[in-house]
Amino acid sequence: MSATPQLPPVAKLEQKTVVDLVTKGKRIDERGLESYRPIQIQVGLIEKANGSAQVFLGKSKVLAGIKIETGEPFPDTPEEGVLTVNAELVPLASPSFEMGPPSEAAIELSRVVDRGIRESKAIDLKSLVIQKGKKVQVVYVDVYVLDHDGNLIDAASMAALAALANSKVAKMEVKGDELVAKGGHHQLPLNNHPVAVTFAKIDKTIVVDPSLEEEQVMSARLTVTIDKNGHLCAMQKGGLYGFTPDELKKAVNLAVAKAAENRAKIMAAAKG
Amino acid sequence: MPEPKQPEKLIDEKGLRIDGRRLDQLRPLKLEVGLLDKADGSAYIEQGKNKILVAVYGPREAHPKHIAMPERAVIRCRYHMAPFSVDERKSPAPSRREMELSKVIRESLEPVVLTDLYPRTTIDVFIEVLQSDGGSRCAGITAASLALADAGIPMKELVAACAVGKIQGKMALDLSDAEDKYGDADLPVALVPNMGLVTLLQMDGNLTTAEFEQGLSMAMEACKTIHTMQRETLKKKYATIKDAVEEREEPEIVA
Repeated sequence: MSATPQLPPVAKLEQKTVVDLVTKGKRIDERGLESYRPIQIQVGLIEKANGSAQVFLGKSKVLAGIKIETGEPFPDTPEEGVLTVNAELVPLASPSFEMGPPSEAAIELSRVVDRGIRESKAIDLKSLVIQKGKKVQVVYVDVYVLDHDGNLIDAASMAALAALANSKVAKMEVKGDELVAKGGHHQLPLNNHPVAVTFAKIDKTIVVDPSLEEEQVMSARLTVTIDKNGHLCAMQKGGLYGFTPDELKKAVNLAVAKAAENRAKIMAAAKG
Repeated sequence: MPEPKQPEKLIDEKGLRIDGRRLDQLRPLKLEVGLLDKADGSAYIEQGKNKILVAVYGPREAHPKHIAMPERAVIRCRYHMAPFSVDERKSPAPSRREMELSKVIRESLEPVVLTDLYPRTTIDVFIEVLQSDGGSRCAGITAASLALADAGIPMKELVAACAVGKIQGKMALDLSDAEDKYGDADLPVALVPNMGLVTLLQMDGNLTTAEFEQGLSMAMEACKTIHTMQRETLKKKYATIKDAVEEREEPEIVA
């Protein structure tokens, strides 16, 4: 059951400062309303993973690891490999994260990241089939939030994309009934590069890439995931209030531009 | 029940869909309120083959006590699918999808409920999908806001919801199960008509920005139509009560 969240208490004065600044077109960390915090991406930190990437989005820090294993396809899609996305809000990342089964926020985070990758067809699931109906590659995307300073959706989506672009798959072949490694690796083929862009509505103003302080005073949140052709592939509204149609249209158009900027950074980092 | 095969075409030469609808046409919609005895408010919706029952309990004392909020009521929402509601039996344990939908449905209702009138209480919304046919989260929201009204909970306005999608490259209103499965995109929208506020928005698939804008206005128009039907449904309930009261004969007073 989903219940109205109890937000951690934020001093009224701090709330007022954030709202007043945004109303004047300024932000607490002196960015513009449509600017991202600095983005830093490192890939390949985890040698045991098929691919990995760590993203700093301001002070938010997210690590994504890719594991590619052989498994069985789902019975209803025998000619497709399997993609699984999971996000963990690790307790070390924030005083508000607790141990135990995944929270609603963790489930939403992983499902929004999943939707971007899946719906943009970034991974060609058909190419992951080793033996039709029996053996396929299973791609696990595990997102680990290490430090929560707001906008985890964008940080997680960037980390997932960079990690996938950094992933290598062992070459496999079927000999009789056995599955054996042929030796050598090849790059995991990526057909699309989905990038999430998240907006927060603070009073009557929309800002891009909300920090934690801004998330604590926002009335609503909107994520728009854009693929490499500039098309929408996923959306998710969150928060206790809503958006007007004009706000939505403006956000969607801005998302296309912001996603292109961020995509260039992610793909450049993934190659390096 | 075996799954139906993939249809050859989702739109025929005449521009009609597999169930004979036009692109901008809703499925048949049936709404009822006040059909459960124990709940404080209840509603039932049939939209296409969707059959969804919603009950509202509250405002009532918060249990466990620590979930209560000092300045407002807590809204709790559960979207749940019955095991027999889909082609393959669904485990009754809540799935990740159901947990996500419970959250976004709750968030679609939060802006209209006057929660600050009932501090330290909970308002519980239980959505049971008895049969699912595409667009069940939207039908669930439409029915949930009726059930809240039926429970007499003060609200700014009713929330109406409807999905649009893309099939064979064209935007189409209120996708059925097959259209959702074999279509190119799904865009569920919830609208508070008189506030002009979109309180649920999700999307998956592939849309251009122009298609999104077209889809959004189609969905909003449909929400306004559904909103009118919601109001009629509520009015009808009170008209029935009024008639019953008027027809009742005054008991004779025996001296």
